[in-house]
Amino acid sequence: MSLIEITEVKKRFGDNEVLKGINIDVEPGEVIAIIGKSGSGKSTLLRCINGLETIDDGSISVAGAQLLPDEIHLKALRLKVGMIFQQFNLFPHLTAGRNVMLSQMVVKKTPRGEAEAMAKKMLERVGLGHKFDAYPDELSGGQQQRVAIARALAMQPIALLCDEITSALDPELVNEVLAVVKELASEGMTLLMVTHEMRFARDVCSRVVFMHQGRVHEIGPPGEVFAEPRTPELKQFLGML
Amino acid sequence: MHYTFDFGWLLEYWPVLLKGIGITVELTLVGGVLGVSLGVACAWARALGPGWLRPIVTAYVEMIRNTPFLIQLFFIFFGLPALGIRMNELEAANLAMVINLGAYGCEIIRAGIQATPKGQFEAGASLGMSRIQTFWHVILIPALQRIWPALSSQIVIVMLGSAAVSQIAAEDLTFAANFIQSRTFRAFEAYFVTTLIYLALAVLLRQLLRGVGWTIFPRRGAASRAR
Amino acid sequence: MSDFTTWDILRNLLLAARWTVVLSVVSFVGGAIVGALLLFMRIGKGRAGPAFVKAYVEIFQGTPLLMQLFLAFFGLGLFGIDVPAWLAAGVALILWSAAFLTEIWRGCVEAIARGQWEASSSLGMGYVQQMRYVILPQALRIAVPPTVGFSVQVVKGTALTSIIGFVELSKAGTIVTNATFEPFKVYGIVALIYFCLCWPLSKSSQILERKLNVAHRNH
Repeated sequence: MSLIEITEVKKRFGDNEVLKGINIDVEPGEVIAIIGKSGSGKSTLLRCINGLETIDDGSISVAGAQLLPDEIHLKALRLKVGMIFQQFNLFPHLTAGRNVMLSQMVVKKTPRGEAEAMAKKMLERVGLGHKFDAYPDELSGGQQQRVAIARALAMQPIALLCDEITSALDPELVNEVLAVVKELASEGMTLLMVTHEMRFARDVCSRVVFMHQGRVHEIGPPGEVFAEPRTPELKQFLGML
Repeated sequence: MHYTFDFGWLLEYWPVLLKGIGITVELTLVGGVLGVSLGVACAWARALGPGWLRPIVTAYVEMIRNTPFLIQLFFIFFGLPALGIRMNELEAANLAMVINLGAYGCEIIRAGIQATPKGQFEAGASLGMSRIQTFWHVILIPALQRIWPALSSQIVIVMLGSAAVSQIAAEDLTFAANFIQSRTFRAFEAYFVTTLIYLALAVLLRQLLRGVGWTIFPRRGAASRAR
Repeated sequence: MSDFTTWDILRNLLLAARWTVVLSVVSFVGGAIVGALLLFMRIGKGRAGPAFVKAYVEIFQGTPLLMQLFLAFFGLGLFGIDVPAWLAAGVALILWSAAFLTEIWRGCVEAIARGQWEASSSLGMGYVQQMRYVILPQALRIAVPPTVGFSVQVVKGTALTSIIGFVELSKAGTIVTNATFEPFKVYGIVALIYFCLCWPLSKSSQILERKLNVAHRNH
């Protein structure tokens, strides 16, 4: 059984069918890059896996937890998959440390001391142990995004969804975030990332999904997808036409 | 609660209510038009007026915004005659409403003007427009367009506040309600009906102001209608 | 021409102003409590709650405060109790303030970026937890300046309670005028006292707002 099973998922916004039957199975430890033009449905797919969008048809399950639109199932699912956003979405009224502690304490009811120790550990892991008491507006974009990663990791998810996590960053800050992601990948974390960083996708990912008009247009190991694209759409996307 | 509601008096007294509605509407129209005009003039004075005028306008705006309308009304109607300035109830009511809306209008319009990029004014000047022309076309109209919703709400607030003019015996809608309750001893019913009428007036006035907005600012109107 | 010195006038007015202050505080605090309850109904997940609060706000913002005072005064009287003016004044002003405060605060809650909801959802928080730990703490911060600003409206609103016979600053002004026949002086002083009560509130609201905007720019 795969870790994440996405089966025939369809999603419609009004008349606009954004996802037209998506099938992807993700094995534990896989790092998957989802690429495609804007509007191809890649972000929507990621948001569906986390229950931020409801799906109209099909099914999604993560380690046996089924995506169902009720609070209990959603919570169970979200405890298994963490999500990192393009805009970081740190809580601006809390310090970096408190950002990482909050959900542990209120969702998992972890005692304060334990949550604090975990927060310290996770901030260390993303290289920001010294920023425990800094507020988000005192951090650079790259640092904020790393705190967001630490915040998700503190919930000990079995997979992470990354939604264009470097797109809002200044170019010189992209690498510090990607380095953290690479580190996670090498430690065996299952990752699903929507990204525009093609080189990163080629170097780090186990598989690449090319989405086009709401469908999985091509899927395969990066060597294949990038070196020998089969469809004109992917060729065009990669700038080979 | 042993009380039987009785709205039978409506049959006899509806002309009184109608007259009251007429006065309230008249006060609102005059107060609205002149009040907004005064607000525009004051906003101009604060933005571009001569240096000596600005502190005076600021003092006026702050004084009005930080005292109750009722006291402004009493001061004008009862106090000003001491200075030889006499007027009847309706004139006093109108003056008080204009002065009141003028101050709030000034503040609202000023906020709209402050949001206008500085370059706009320079662009106007570079095209050879006079200060007044620039103010009118480049600063004021876009500012008004921006703050029209806020200004509309303020006009509705002034209309509702006009209920207080009954206290200087201006014969508005509230005055009519007071009159009816003193004759029929049906206080609750009289004020209940009057309150509903005010609610209807507020809804209508809001619609009217929206329409006015569409007419004076057609570009915005087209956009919001398309939505 | 009258036996009243300016000091007499001022003293009497200041004594009455105490009641303006008391009524303002009671109305504001009471309005805040009711307004908070309405806010939770408004932004809650039910269907009836939001509809009720919408209608409530529409009615209280769409009718004169003076009418609300009359209805409270005569409406409470229908229950056969002899309604003192202070009670009707307090009830009406609390309900009226609640309508405005709940609208102000709703705006603040809605101003919180959608990403905050999504991030807290993705961490597994439920609606109540999101509100309690993520949304409200932020909304509260931006709510302070407009809330302080609204307190000025409450102080000014209390003047209308003089019409149903509550003796506060405005009513005292009328009483003193009737005794001294010096309306210009008396209402002038009354206005100044209101100004002294309201202006510091207006000014601090402005200053708080400016501070908040500066803080925002640093983000």
